[in-house]
This record gives sequence, C-alpha cells and structure tokens, in this order.
Amino acid sequence: MYIYDDIDQRLIDERVAQYRDQTRRYLAGELTDDEYRPLRLQNGLYIQRHAPMLRIAVPYGLMNSRQLHKLADITRRYDKGYGHFSTRQNLQLNWPKLEDVPDILAELATVQMHAIQTSGSCIRAITTDQFAGIAPDEIIDPRPMIEILRQWSSFHPEFAGLPRKFKLAVSGSKQDRALVQAHDIGLEFYLDAASRLAIRVWVGGGLGRTPILGTVIREHLEWQHALTYCEAILRIYNLYGRRDNAYKARIKILVKALGAEEFARQVEAEWALHKDGPSTITQNEYDRVASFFTTNRHSTLTDQDASFEAAKIAEPSFAAWARRNVHGHKIPGYRAVTFSLKPTGIAPGDASSAQLDAMAELAERYSFGELRVSHEQNVILADVKLSDLHAVWQAACQHGLATPNIGLLTDIICCPGGDFCSLANAKSIPIATAIQKKFDDLDYLHDIGDIELNISGCMNSCGHHHVGHIGVLGVDKDGSEWYQITVGGQQGSNANIGKVIGPSFAAEEVPEVVAKLIETYIAERTAEEHFIDTFGRIGIAPFKNQVYAKEVA
Amino acid sequence: MSNLIKHNGIAADPWTLVSLPAPAEDTVRKQAGKVVIFKVTGEPAATQEQLQTAVIPATGNVIVPLTLWQARKDELASRAARGEIGIWLESYELLEHLLASVSDINSLPVIGINFPRFADGRGFSLAVQLRTRHHYRHELRAIGDVLRDQLYFMKRCGFDAFSLRADRSTEDALASLRDFSEPYQGSVDNPLPVWRRYPRVGHHALAHSKTEPTHDDEVD
Ligand code: SF4
Repeated sequence: MYIYDDIDQRLIDERVAQYRDQTRRYLAGELTDDEYRPLRLQNGLYIQRHAPMLRIAVPYGLMNSRQLHKLADITRRYDKGYGHFSTRQNLQLNWPKLEDVPDILAELATVQMHAIQTSGSCIRAITTDQFAGIAPDEIIDPRPMIEILRQWSSFHPEFAGLPRKFKLAVSGSKQDRALVQAHDIGLEFYLDAASRLAIRVWVGGGLGRTPILGTVIREHLEWQHALTYCEAILRIYNLYGRRDNAYKARIKILVKALGAEEFARQVEAEWALHKDGPSTITQNEYDRVASFFTTNRHSTLTDQDASFEAAKIAEPSFAAWARRNVHGHKIPGYRAVTFSLKPTGIAPGDASSAQLDAMAELAERYSFGELRVSHEQNVILADVKLSDLHAVWQAACQHGLATPNIGLLTDIICCPGGDFCSLANAKSIPIATAIQKKFDDLDYLHDIGDIELNISGCMNSCGHHHVGHIGVLGVDKDGSEWYQITVGGQQGSNANIGKVIGPSFAAEEVPEVVAKLIETYIAERTAEEHFIDTFGRIGIAPFKNQVYAKEVA
Repeated sequence: MSNLIKHNGIAADPWTLVSLPAPAEDTVRKQAGKVVIFKVTGEPAATQEQLQTAVIPATGNVIVPLTLWQARKDELASRAARGEIGIWLESYELLEHLLASVSDINSLPVIGINFPRFADGRGFSLAVQLRTRHHYRHELRAIGDVLRDQLYFMKRCGFDAFSLRADRSTEDALASLRDFSEPYQGSVDNPLPVWRRYPRVGHHALAHSKTEPTHDDEVD
C-alpha cells in the first residue's frame, strides 16, 4: 500500500498543528461556532446528539496492521472501546471529546492517518471496489489513480468552499462495485477499441434527497488528463452550483438544470484551457504511485488445497462460512476473507477495540499485514492462502467475527441513525437488529440467498437505502418515527433506484414487512433467481399486494 | 492600524472601498438562486437610483462595485485613465461582464472579489480564472468576510492582497499564509504539482531515501 514520504508526512503534521490552533482559538472564544464549524467539519468532526463524532479517513478502504492497532488503541483511550465502520469506508468514533481531537489526530499522524476532508463542503474521500487489486474481473487496479487523486484533492485551495460535499468514485473492474453512477464524479476505467486504457466520466449521480444516477459527459478520457478534467468539472460546479438551498446544492442539480450536454460543453471549454498543463499526469508519476500496489509478494501455488477441502467436509459450519465469507482472487491459491461485522444484536459496522486488535493480528499473520474496509461495513483480509483459511476461521470465531452471512439478508448496511446522528428522522440500528432477530435461522438465510437490505435514518441516505434490493428509510410523520420501504434498488453496473412500495410503517411492523417481501420472492422465484432477479421479472405489484393484503379474519 | 495584508506583510491601504447600500435580504437570496442556476445576473442588486446617487469620493484611489462602474463609466473614465479606479465583484457576478466593461483587464490596478460569507468558495475560482484564463497581473484583493483560516487557500488561488475583516488581527493572520510548506497540487501561486517539483520515490526506494528539491520554486 502507499507509504508516506517526507512530503506527505510534513503535510499531515502541519495539518495537526493547524487544527490544534483552530481548536485552541475556538475554545478561547476567538472563533465563533459558525466560523469553527466548517473548519472542524473539513477535519471530520461533527457535533452529534450525544457527543462529537470523528470520522477518520481510510483512503480507498485500505489500511495496515499498525494503523488498525493504533485505531484500537485510540478507541480505548479516547472513546468507549469500539469504533464504527461506515458506508464511506472509514472509521467513526462516536464519543471523542472535542478538546481531545488534536491529540487523536497527532496519534493518527504517527501511523500515516488523518481525518482530512472526511466531511464538509469539499472533495471527500475517494472510494472504490473493496476487491481492488485482487478481483478476477479487474481491468486495472484503480488504487494508484485514486492515490493520485487523493493527493490532488487534499487541501485543494480552489475547492475548499464548494456549494456542498463532493464525492468521487473510481472503478477498475468489469463489474462496477464502486458505484460510479451514484457519485458526483465517477471515473470508470475500460479498455477502448485499441486496447488502450480509457476513462468513462460519469457526473451528477448521487443518493440523498433526490436520488439520480449519473450521466456520462465524456465517453473517452485518456488517464493522463484525469486531474485537469476533474478540475474543470469542479470549477464549473464551484462557480455555478446553487448555494441558496443546501438541498439543491449538489452537482446533480446543476447538471439537471443546465442539461448534461450544456454542462459537458462548459466543462470541455474550461478543460481546453488547461489540458496538457502541468497537472497532466506523467507516466513517471503514475508508475511511482503504482509501485506501491504491485509488490511481488504472493507465492506460487496451485488453486487446490487438500486440507481446505477436508476441513469443509469435516466441519459443516466451516463450509457454510467458506461459502459466504470467502471470495475469489486473481492469484491461484489465494482467497479474500470477510470478517462479518453484522452479528445479530450489534450495530452493523461496529467493532470493539479487542476485535480491531484481533483483525490486525490476523492480517499480520495471514495477509501481508493489510486490511480493507468495505462500504458494506465489513473488514476484509485480501490475500489469504487456501491452506490458512481454516486457521483464520477459527480465530475469527473466537472473536465473534465469523458470522457466515456475507451478502445475506442479515448483512445489513445501516447508518448510525437516530441513536447517534442529529440529522436522523428515525432510529436505524434497532430496525436492523429486529430484522436480524426475525431471520435468525441460518438455513433459511442461506436459502433466501443473495440479497441486500439497506437502512438509512433520513434522506441523507448514508445507509444507501435507494440502492438496496430492499431499502428502509426513516421518515418523520407528525414528530413520530416511520419507515418507508423501497424494493428493487441495485448497485453496480445495472444500478437502479428502488421503488417505494406504499405508505410507511411503524418500527415494529418493519420486520414483518420484510418477511412478506421475502415470502413473495420465495413463492415466485425460479431455481436460479436471486431476490433482485425475481423482482426484475415480476415487478413491484406482487410484492406490494402481499405486503398490503388485508389480514383475513 | 491597517487591516490590509499585501505581499505577505501588513501594508498601508491607498485605496478606498465604495459599497452600495444593501438591498433587502430576500431579494438577494432569490437572486443568488437565479444567478447560479441560469447563469444570468438577473436584476441588479441595487436600483438605478441607488447607483446614480451613490457617493464616490471625488479624489484619491477608489475601488467601486462592478455595477457602479458599469452605470457611471463616463463620469469615471478620466480617473480610470489615471489609474485611480479599481473594480470589485460580488461572488455571483460573472467575469464576462467585467471583461466586457473594460478594454484591457490589465488597465485595472486592482480587482477586488467579495466573500459574502467566508464559506462561499466561488471567489477562489474567480481568482483562478482571472489569473489563468484572463492573465490578470495586478493586485487581486479579497474583501468581505476574509478570515485567517482561508488566507492560505486564497493566496494559492492568486490573491495577493487581503482586506482582513475589521475585527481580526492582521498580525495573527500573517502566520496562516504559511500553514503548509509543500502543497500537493499545482495552483496559481505554483502551477507545478508536487511530483514536478521534487523527484519523489517509489516503493522500493522509499525506506532508504530522503527527498531533496531539484530546483527552487516560488512557493511562499
Ligand atoms: S442517513 Fe441520516 S440519519 Fe443516517 S447517518 Fe446519514 S444523516 Fe444520519
């Protein structure tokens, strides 16, 4: 993974000093709340319901054991002994003290970590596929480009006061797992007709209050121009994006108001002035950054391992885990492993300090000391040998990290919601727990198969409910908490926004509604169909009818 | 004491800023919405009458709002020729209108850009466009809600003068211009991204080397 040189290190050290001074001035009354707010936000510090919440950046979801040990240490010393992995592939602390944050940042800086631009109206963390670099269907490892973009966007002086937050995603695989269509800018790598690497540029996607999938404004961009082109897009947005209404301030609204064609024309005109300028990425720089991601460290193995096969037969629970939590790898004899942070009864994405340390140790032992965070809020060891899988499983079991539910109904994506977040309309964690409790039969879960259930506590959609096969959204009706259900949302190359099935429900009704949706699927499915396929074939009506059918007396 | 920072130091201010009476709150907000979406300036924020009756000091150097300059250009022409007139823009105004109102942008000794709120970042892009697209060479001044925590960004975008908000210390603010010693990306103050400034090393070499500058760039 990328390692800081003196230049990177000095920048984050200077950032700590700058933020320490800003906090000092705030506490001394020299900065007002309003003046301090954007400064702390651009450093990931929200003021939440109970306490501040600090969002720590995990660039493209990648970290090493040393960093994770440090995070465990921080959760012990400055928080309540746990951390929360969010859908933005970062780690959130729910209970830090505002005056401790400069010290936390100083601690993070010792392991090349920070909280720069993890919130606020600026370019946010750039995300990608959690299987980047190992996915069998990968065209190019997107991480070097993201690292180049990360550096370019860090403290970008021109874009420090955008109308609203700005999110980029980069995809390097055939199947898009980075959600490029749901970001302000999505860069999709592909091979053009001449087998050269090109980028398709999506703009104006986003979830939130007005979910819109992006549009392609440039079909073919040579990778060298990624920075200058993004800069042109951002300049047009910065100048003309709305600032009078926060709900209409994302770039998607501007793209819609101008029309994608006119927006693209303005971007191209601006870009023409800077194309081939000094920010054009050189092969040299690209290769330098890429060198951090292409270390030759895998052993030559066959893609068969007798001990692994034997263990699966001997221990059905290991086999069940291997079926759900182990994923393909482009190098023979290796697999990726997901630690489930979704056992029933724990807030999805939460991990205790002890679990953080345990995962760090397992990474050290079995996976080159590296870990990844997925936007599904789980943690992944990307490079485990087939012959080590059983040992990893046993250790994961000991630490409550081996729930065999990855991609199943209980692997719920869920935002912190009303328990923590001051913007929430409704709680989301108790809903996730209630659904997990209702579906506690593992055989039934496996029978239901691949399905994504996403929960957001409000329209800000941090839980990505729009793109969940089943989406649950907290809404406020006359001051009480209700839940709107959508069906048919989808991420990836066939991205789709879910459709609302009808009037919303009270909290205690939600698990039953989910059960009825599942029953409908089970009754209607053909042998090969997953939930989303059945939905695609039969449409929303049967689901709706089942859910709203009058109880027969 | 002056609240002007110029060329990285506190400087006496030879310019007087002329402002128009503030229009009613809601007019401005409505207009801002229109401006940003439809890219037109809509009705002027000040009425014709206000523009005609606004008091412009009869002598000395003045920076006037773009709308005032447009309305009373004839009256100001001879002073402009003597270099006594600068122009300032609201963050929602369009550079095209400024350009159309002068024969040569570099005939203006100073251009001001107003930050109505410090979090309104349009001024950054306006500055970048003035410096790069329109090659403006003279003083570019940030006015309005100008606070120390934004100065570093303003400077990088091409501002070289800052009228700090009156209630803040210029002494304290000066330090902020040096918040970061080596930024990653190119911008107006130094168009080279860091990898063109320094030979940075890749994975194999990193553990054993220090990065040394190849040449000295102006990055103060
Ligand atoms: S979706 Fe709403 S409730 Fe949930 S974390 Fe985001 S802002 Fe808070």
